[in-house]
Amino acid sequence: MAKNCWKARCAVADGIARALRGLGQRVTSRIWRLGYASRFFLAILLHSGTALRRLHLTVREIYFTGVLSLIIILVSGLFVGMVLGLQGYDTLQRYGSTEALGVLVSLSLVRELGPVVAALLFASRAGSAITAEIGMMKATEQLSAMEMMAVDPIARVVAPRFWGGVISMPLLAALFSAMGIFGGYLVGVQLIGVDEGSFWSQMQASVDFREDILNGVIKSFVFGIIVSWVAVFEGYDAEPTAEGVSGATTRTVVTSSLAILAADFILTAFMFTGT
Amino acid sequence: MTGVPGVNMSQESLVEIRDLNFTYDERPVLTGINMTIPRGKVVAVMGSSGCGKTTTLRLIGGQLKPTSGTVKVGGQVVHELDAAGLYGLRRRMGMLFQFGALFTDMSVYDNIAFQMREHTDLPEALIRDLVLMKLHAVGLRGAHSLMPAELSGGMARRVALARAIALDPMLIMYDEPFAGLDPISLSIVGELIRKLNDALGASSIVVTHDVQESLKIVDYVYFVSAGKIVAEGTAEEMKHSTVPYVHQFVWGEADGPVPFQYPARPYGEELLESAVRRG
Amino acid sequence: MSRTTLDLWVGFFVAVGLGALLFLALKVGNMASSNSGDTYAIHAKFDNIGGLKVRGAVKSAGVVVGRVTEIRFDPEAYLAVVTINVDSRYKFPRDTFATINTSGLLGEQYIGFEVGGDTAMLKAGDTIKKTQSAVVLEKLISQFMFNKAAEDGGNNK
Repeated sequence: MAKNCWKARCAVADGIARALRGLGQRVTSRIWRLGYASRFFLAILLHSGTALRRLHLTVREIYFTGVLSLIIILVSGLFVGMVLGLQGYDTLQRYGSTEALGVLVSLSLVRELGPVVAALLFASRAGSAITAEIGMMKATEQLSAMEMMAVDPIARVVAPRFWGGVISMPLLAALFSAMGIFGGYLVGVQLIGVDEGSFWSQMQASVDFREDILNGVIKSFVFGIIVSWVAVFEGYDAEPTAEGVSGATTRTVVTSSLAILAADFILTAFMFTGT
Repeated sequence: MTGVPGVNMSQESLVEIRDLNFTYDERPVLTGINMTIPRGKVVAVMGSSGCGKTTTLRLIGGQLKPTSGTVKVGGQVVHELDAAGLYGLRRRMGMLFQFGALFTDMSVYDNIAFQMREHTDLPEALIRDLVLMKLHAVGLRGAHSLMPAELSGGMARRVALARAIALDPMLIMYDEPFAGLDPISLSIVGELIRKLNDALGASSIVVTHDVQESLKIVDYVYFVSAGKIVAEGTAEEMKHSTVPYVHQFVWGEADGPVPFQYPARPYGEELLESAVRRG
Repeated sequence: MSRTTLDLWVGFFVAVGLGALLFLALKVGNMASSNSGDTYAIHAKFDNIGGLKVRGAVKSAGVVVGRVTEIRFDPEAYLAVVTINVDSRYKFPRDTFATINTSGLLGEQYIGFEVGGDTAMLKAGDTIKKTQSAVVLEKLISQFMFNKAAEDGGNNK
């Protein structure tokens, strides 16, 4: 009887030890991956010479990440702006200050929604495509082949895609904001009938170039770095199988979306301190 | 000899592998490999799947580092080269990957022009002539504007072959060049390997498990099993070899020194145990 | 896709993106109006600034002529010191009267300049002498109620 009890206790201790070991393994592997990703980031920066010298490599990637994301960015921007117009009007009219609609629409777009929503859309439209492409190139040994041809895949494949994304992102975010403000104008001024003059003048009076617009651009630039980095890293690090690539694509969208939102909080806390 | 910079052309053999060991995750993949690839010859490395053949190629190309031992190419120890030296060496190597590994986002033409554009400053007109020449050598000059996705398996392999010889390498490595090809493409590729090797004055290493096709074209054969060289000799010697493994391999017998069964406990014992558990 | 069409598309994309940025900067933001010229800094001391914020507007005759850039507390005089950047296109006399006003009943607070008659102009680093503090609503209401109570008390006597 006592022996059995001892055995059971042993099993419990064993189970706990195994659980702890699993946890430890998971934590160390996460940290290891983070370190690996950082080194990879450094390697991209160090090998960016080719991407910038032979600009057409990067231009090609701007086409695939930027131009092909135009439609989704413009249409979403328009709708988000129109919804802001409707909701904003509904709330503002309770306080009798519907002229502030322009301020509300433009500030929420320029400071937050433009950079963040555009980056989220960018992550799922372009980021996943970058990961899938690089992952497939790895799975079909194209990256290996390039290495054997004495061409560095980080310089030739990864860096142009990274810079293409970094350049595209602020432009897309600006287009999103501009389109959203146009959508808010359509709904607020054309449809509901808010005074056009006060819509624009109040907007101009309270949107500051440096505080609001430049900070928004900085945000979208940072998000562009995050999405592109995550996307190229996941692709390069993908297991060279079909499941590996599809898993990496999913991870790109999830990781970069979370990272965007977290970085947005940190950046907002630094930029708009509320004074 | 090791200290001499650049590639030493006067040596008899292009590739020399001495006492090579390679372990992956504490699992030995290659043990005590000795190989010599003489200049101008086509050498086959044969063995069943997963015996470390591809690893050997990657060690020669410097994509992996040996655990111990050396790989010398043209007198230079591959794993002692720095990045620039390694890239310099690789420019003089061509490699055909298992399924071609063509760049799927480029046309056939751009695939072959890739290395010329990356490594040389040749004018586009000259590159065009060179590309068409390489394509002509593999009989696909007419296909230069196609995308890799539009090619059949055999054509893709030939394009990859043309790409491997784009810079007239001194060493061409083939990783399973015959895998998944129909008999016609098979003999075309086989013949091309031999012809291109002789025309370029290069040396070739063919990693394969396709015995019949490769024995027709190669000069010398190494048999690898479980990470060790078990037999070597000319193609003719191998056909009449009495080494049991080689005999089984060359004649494609199901059972022999390579057992049909994956290692397991005696079958009777296992059956008995499950009967006891149930009973 | 040929390289020229690709270049064309990318050129179009970059142009439209930069256009959007320009639209945001000029039409939505205030880069055209406020950041156009140089500014000079002057100071003003107030007993109470109420809800005035950094970046608050400074208006004269209803026109924005500058911005509040800094607000701090003077521990010796127990006053609030407000630094104002005034557009260097505008000059104000030395006896300009600075008041803190509220736009609308509950709107943002801003500093208003009421121009005096002095011939000497304010220079960078000068301090405005005459100021009027913010009207604090609670004070106003309590004052009104005390007065009312006092009046009522007087009447009852």
